[in-house]
Amino acid sequence: MTGVISYLVFFLILALILSIAVLGLNLQWGFTGLFNAGVAGFIAVGAYVMAILTGPARDAVFGGFGLPFAVGLIGAMVAAGFAALLVGLVTLRLKGEYLAVATFGIAVTIQLVCLNWEYVTGGTLGLISIPNPARALADGPLAQNTLYLLIVVLVGSLAFWCFERIVQSPWGRMLKAIREDEEAAASLGKNPTRIRLESFVIGCMAMGLSGALYVGFIGYVSPSDFLPIVTFQIWTMLIVGGSANNRGAVLGAIIVWAVWTTSGFVISKLVPTEIQAQGGAMQAILIGLILVLMLLGRPRGLIGERISVSRHARF
Amino acid sequence: MVLQHIADGVLSGAVVALGAIGLSFTMKILRFANFSHSELLTWGAYFGLVFLGFTTAFGEFFGGNIGPFSFGWPLLAALVLSAVATSVLALVLHALVFEKLGRGAGHMTMVFASFGIALLLRHLVVLIWGPNPIYYSNELQFAILLPGNVRVLPDQVFLLGLTIVLVVCLHLFMKHSRTGIAMRGVSENPDLAGLSGVNVNNVVRWVWVIGASLAAVAGVLYGLTVQLRPELGFGLILPLFAAAILGGAGSLYGAVIGGLVVGLSENLSVMIIPTSYKPAVPFLLILIILYFRPDGLFGERR
Amino acid sequence: MSKQPVLEATGIVAGYSPDLPILHGINLHVDEGEIVTIIGPNGAGKSTFVKAIAGLVTVSAGNILFNRSDITHINSHQLAKSGVGFVPQTGNVFTTLTIHENLVLGGVTLPAKKANQRIEEIYQMYPVLRERQFEKAAVLSGGQRQILAVARALLTAPKLMLLDEPTAGLSPMAATELFNVVRNLVADGASVLMVEQNARAALRISDRGYVFAEGQNRAQGTAAGLLEDNDIKQIFLGVRKKPDDNSENN
Repeated sequence: MTGVISYLVFFLILALILSIAVLGLNLQWGFTGLFNAGVAGFIAVGAYVMAILTGPARDAVFGGFGLPFAVGLIGAMVAAGFAALLVGLVTLRLKGEYLAVATFGIAVTIQLVCLNWEYVTGGTLGLISIPNPARALADGPLAQNTLYLLIVVLVGSLAFWCFERIVQSPWGRMLKAIREDEEAAASLGKNPTRIRLESFVIGCMAMGLSGALYVGFIGYVSPSDFLPIVTFQIWTMLIVGGSANNRGAVLGAIIVWAVWTTSGFVISKLVPTEIQAQGGAMQAILIGLILVLMLLGRPRGLIGERISVSRHARF
Repeated sequence: MVLQHIADGVLSGAVVALGAIGLSFTMKILRFANFSHSELLTWGAYFGLVFLGFTTAFGEFFGGNIGPFSFGWPLLAALVLSAVATSVLALVLHALVFEKLGRGAGHMTMVFASFGIALLLRHLVVLIWGPNPIYYSNELQFAILLPGNVRVLPDQVFLLGLTIVLVVCLHLFMKHSRTGIAMRGVSENPDLAGLSGVNVNNVVRWVWVIGASLAAVAGVLYGLTVQLRPELGFGLILPLFAAAILGGAGSLYGAVIGGLVVGLSENLSVMIIPTSYKPAVPFLLILIILYFRPDGLFGERR
Repeated sequence: MSKQPVLEATGIVAGYSPDLPILHGINLHVDEGEIVTIIGPNGAGKSTFVKAIAGLVTVSAGNILFNRSDITHINSHQLAKSGVGFVPQTGNVFTTLTIHENLVLGGVTLPAKKANQRIEEIYQMYPVLRERQFEKAAVLSGGQRQILAVARALLTAPKLMLLDEPTAGLSPMAATELFNVVRNLVADGASVLMVEQNARAALRISDRGYVFAEGQNRAQGTAAGLLEDNDIKQIFLGVRKKPDDNSENN
């Protein structure tokens, strides 16, 4: 029984951490129509900054400032937001598929930097021994994880509340206006490029936060945590849940993560260890299939946009 | 040293060019950025491997290797069969996914679906052929020494030659065949092409067949001169997009020039940046092009 | 004279989006060998109507018969094959293709040999096209483009030719020349349905005319009758600019 509970806690921590990134993507894609194919890159920025700010000092590697957890979270968000600002200034004039290509390239580049800039990122080894605040406050893995889950729920709820407020604000309605008809929005005296940039930066900050919470929980960070498959998982979560709906984003995160972990578990039981790579491939194929079938069969997701007058909702 | 980089750049540029032609045509005529196009190179390379197994069994009749190359007739036969098989794969994907999404759904949905297809195709390769690199042949080749101390392998010369032949053939096809003219007509104005009696759906299928066949050839040539691995296509996504965007969607020679520019800048970049950052070079090219021309170098405003 | 109807459109409801129809039940027919002109104020749905026949606008109610067979929901390339030529108002030539290539696409439904023969005939009819056959269509003047567009649609020797404002933007001379081309189409055995702003000049070469207003039939009759009708004269012919006022703008 404790086994089941502790696994459930573990599962929820990761699902909710990912759901924060999905919320960020939802702001970008669901509400603004920005195709960010570099989600993993921005999560990585948050994760590494968290590791550098809160991690212990180490030889020959920059950082390890040992700052408090909350400072790490904020720093991660600021850094991811700053990275997004730089990227956005260059790429947000680009629309549609060119933005997709450019953001895809960013993720690839960020991964290269993570792998190769050893002085800051620790290279392929990554950074280890990142303190988990729950470890200091509770005894035993279950208590520690439950405490961390509480932290994640707290931060996640805050993020959810913020995003709900954002999309219901006049600024949020402006996003949809731009998504539907940029020229009409521009003729109302709004600056679509600026508003798109703001949306992109805020969305990426959520991704950075998600990366930071992940590192705070797992305790280490390495380049292999941010492969393109992560971008893919986040996207599938959004599409499954239903884009342009924050509840859908969270629901999608939980469902897809459940499918991912369950399939991983089943495959690891059935597939001999010699061909583990094939097992991982099966998991990826499953996610790819879910995504394509969703697009074909139920493009608006499980719970889609609440107001369905938009042509975008046909997505 | 510079000359060697230039030679290497031209060779890798030729593979990129072959892949980028198909991508560029899809971007123009099917009107979406197909992230799964580079996976067709991977599948082409592995199909080549499968057919090579068959053709080698019959290949004894045809003698051994051709001239200085590491391969004989069986590989050439496998190359053709792989182009056919890859075309079939592309047509199946088109019929099952892209054609359905093309009606009604926005073009970003197709971009997105192509993401999913890419993931599926890439991991299916791992599932079927395993994660480790494979070679068509274990034979060692002696490099040819060109003036300027440039070394190239005979297979690389074959790669370049075949690329040139294919580009010229495609040019003649586009210029003189009815289907080629129809393709250009559809890419300019699909409605008018339909009204003139062009079956636009057939033209779209031709685009897939041409794109997939060239991708298959590029994949086999890459496998021949480098190696086969499941990430072969994945690593080429950015180079292919860079070449297609640089050359302008729908432009045959644009894609070829784009491919060469990408190949050359990747290989020359190692003189100023660490080799490990080489994969980021096509991305920088894309950024530079798009920063100055947000709709691509020769693109029209949409 | 009892002629066969080539085109019969009954109760056509159509528009660019299903919930916003522009046409509200249009009836129209074109008999064999006729030139029929649709006139009416801007926004009357004249262009939408010919586009609906050509399959470029979705028809949500009513049906269209061409030579007695239903073409209401046919693909545009099948329509071309069955013998309907359409010259849109804008974008009616492939500007990135040469003049010769434009003609090749016009004849794409014919066997290659037959198509070449037809292209040769077109070149005889319009020597200017032969002279410039290897040039891109983009370099042609407005009038030449229009002639190329008609010639492209003519290649298959269609039974019915749909022309959407063929003289828009043409100089008076070019417009006169184009109307001559239209008259010759009938001599070659086609029927013509055209939409024209240049109502007076168009009616002069037409057999019959229809007046559309707000997506509905307003009036119809022989071309001569419409030209004489006082109401029509006042509303549509009087206020219209004379053809001579049109100036070449491209």
